[in-house]
Amino acid sequence: MSQTIVIAEIAKGAIHPTTAELVTAANALGSAPIVIVPCTDSTIADAAGSIQGISKVIALKSDIFAEYDASGWATAIDAVAPSGIIITSANPQSKDLAARLAARRNISVVQDVVAIEGGNLVSPIYSGKAMQTVSLAGDAAVSVRANIFAASPQGASADVSVVDATGDMATAVEEFLARASTRLDVAEANIIISGGRGMGSPDNFSHLEKIADTIGAAVGASRAAVDTWEPISHAMQVGQTGKTVNPNLYIAVGISGAIQHLAGMRSSKYIVAINKDADAPIFQHADYGIVATWEEALPVLQASLSAMMN
Amino acid sequence: MTNIAVLVKQVPDTNARIVISDDRVDLSAVKMVMSPYDEFAVETALQHREASGGEVTAITVGGASADKVLKDAKAIGVDHIVRIDCDSYLDSNSLQSMISSVISEIGAEVVYCGKAAADTGAGSTGPGIAERLGWASVSNIISATFSDIISVVAPVQGGNARISVSLPAVISCDKGNVKVRKPNVKGIMQAKKAQVDVKSASPSSSSISIISHSLPPSKPAGKTYEGGAAAAEVAQLLRDEANVI
Ligand SMILES: Cc1cc2nc3c(=O)[nH]c(=O)nc-3n(C[C@H](O)[C@H](O)[C@H](O)COP(=O)(O)OP(=O)(O)OC[C@H]3O[C@@H](n4cnc5c(N)ncnc54)[C@H](O)[C@@H]3O)c2cc1C
Repeated sequence: MSQTIVIAEIAKGAIHPTTAELVTAANALGSAPIVIVPCTDSTIADAAGSIQGISKVIALKSDIFAEYDASGWATAIDAVAPSGIIITSANPQSKDLAARLAARRNISVVQDVVAIEGGNLVSPIYSGKAMQTVSLAGDAAVSVRANIFAASPQGASADVSVVDATGDMATAVEEFLARASTRLDVAEANIIISGGRGMGSPDNFSHLEKIADTIGAAVGASRAAVDTWEPISHAMQVGQTGKTVNPNLYIAVGISGAIQHLAGMRSSKYIVAINKDADAPIFQHADYGIVATWEEALPVLQASLSAMMN
Repeated sequence: MTNIAVLVKQVPDTNARIVISDDRVDLSAVKMVMSPYDEFAVETALQHREASGGEVTAITVGGASADKVLKDAKAIGVDHIVRIDCDSYLDSNSLQSMISSVISEIGAEVVYCGKAAADTGAGSTGPGIAERLGWASVSNIISATFSDIISVVAPVQGGNARISVSLPAVISCDKGNVKVRKPNVKGIMQAKKAQVDVKSASPSSSSISIISHSLPPSKPAGKTYEGGAAAAEVAQLLRDEANVI
């Protein structure tokens, strides 16, 4: 069996829980991975050592990990990772890194893996309208979608070694542009409530925001909402030309369920649809569908969720 | 003067229904179009040319039927069109090797591409060729301004950042706020006459084999309720059945 190498997912200066899902994927490919933690502060790597099913942790410490730079990161990680199958998360930055690492090693990359069946990798193609199963002959870089593999449990105490890395940044961040809104980003959220043209006006998104605040969700939007209403920013757009999201729960309100919207959210674990048209295509993908206007349904949803959270 | 390249790919129209026959996607009845993000890449490449002078070469990989996407790019305003002639399945490794050798051959200093092709959705090509060429790269940009250095806006953790990139570089484009120009009559006429520069290529062997294509597993039918009051029950189920609240 090939050696596997998991590149830990870091968010807000800590190991992101997705990392334990990547370990499960590595185990499914047949081996206990080495977990590489790209970091500026090596103490954050200790948390990775407690994930069961790994062989060891390398805290790869360097100032270059303060900001993402594809070239610098790939050079530094390549220098410490043994040959084998490299596994990253499938968010945009990690997919970029996986592609860089693969090219650096002249190996193939398989992105957005959602299942591993007998060593073969399954990923969506044509925006999820079909699935592709491939076999690997040799090393590869593989990115794995979040919220699909079960997280490997805690409780181990693997060896953590610290390695100092050096690397050159090929790009430079000039200025951080804070988001116009301080709301949670759809790409980082476990629960998303999205509004479409059926919301009628951008002001009505305040109803979605209220629910989002109650349950810790991000607010998303369809392209029709983004293109029609200036205050609804492209950063909120889910779909083919927006973000691909994989939350535990996706609530679509006043969204018809066009194929390009589905492309961005159909792999969500649970989907709730609220739409006044019983024939809207979104209902074919919903675990829970409510045929009603949002004016009717959202106040009830808000009240029930608030009661639960208290 | 900048020697600019843009990568374009022909993909099924995003509205197309995808059918499978004999374990493979069957695209014979599907309308093929330029991958939507590539439209943003072409637009950004043309804006770069307008700012710095120079020429834009559009490059695709495919069989003769892929000439259409090059003609579309020509109609919008690129100067040269190149097709790397290859009709077989390529893994990322062999595809990127072929493209990067053509980029070197034409002497491009900057390469634009879409953030991902709408068929594979992978987004590997831009960063992959940058690595092979030893160039900088920034992915998923939403805007760009051009001088000796390109200044782009791209997502980073927690928001967006303005990032400066010196050439040579590969830049992949997300939707952003750019309005893509449409072809005019003159462009369409020129595209008709334009000659595609066809380059032969010998792909290296692939370390990935496709076992099968299949339709996505259909979700068991969900529960549907009439009327807004049902939202209370759905909220309960989200907590007690789905365990997501
Ligand atoms: C190349 C390409 C890329 C695209 N990329 C994307 C993308 O990234 N993301 C995306 O979303 N779309 C994308 N689209 C657009 C997509 O095809 C649809 O046009 C879009 O998703 C429709 O948005 P919508 O569902 O909000 O609007 P509509 O289709 O107009 O649906 C509105 C829905 O609201 C319902 N409604 C109306 N009033 C109420 C009410 N009071 N209460 C409850 N329900 C109500 C209606 O029944 C209807 O179903 C793309 C299209 C193309 C061609």
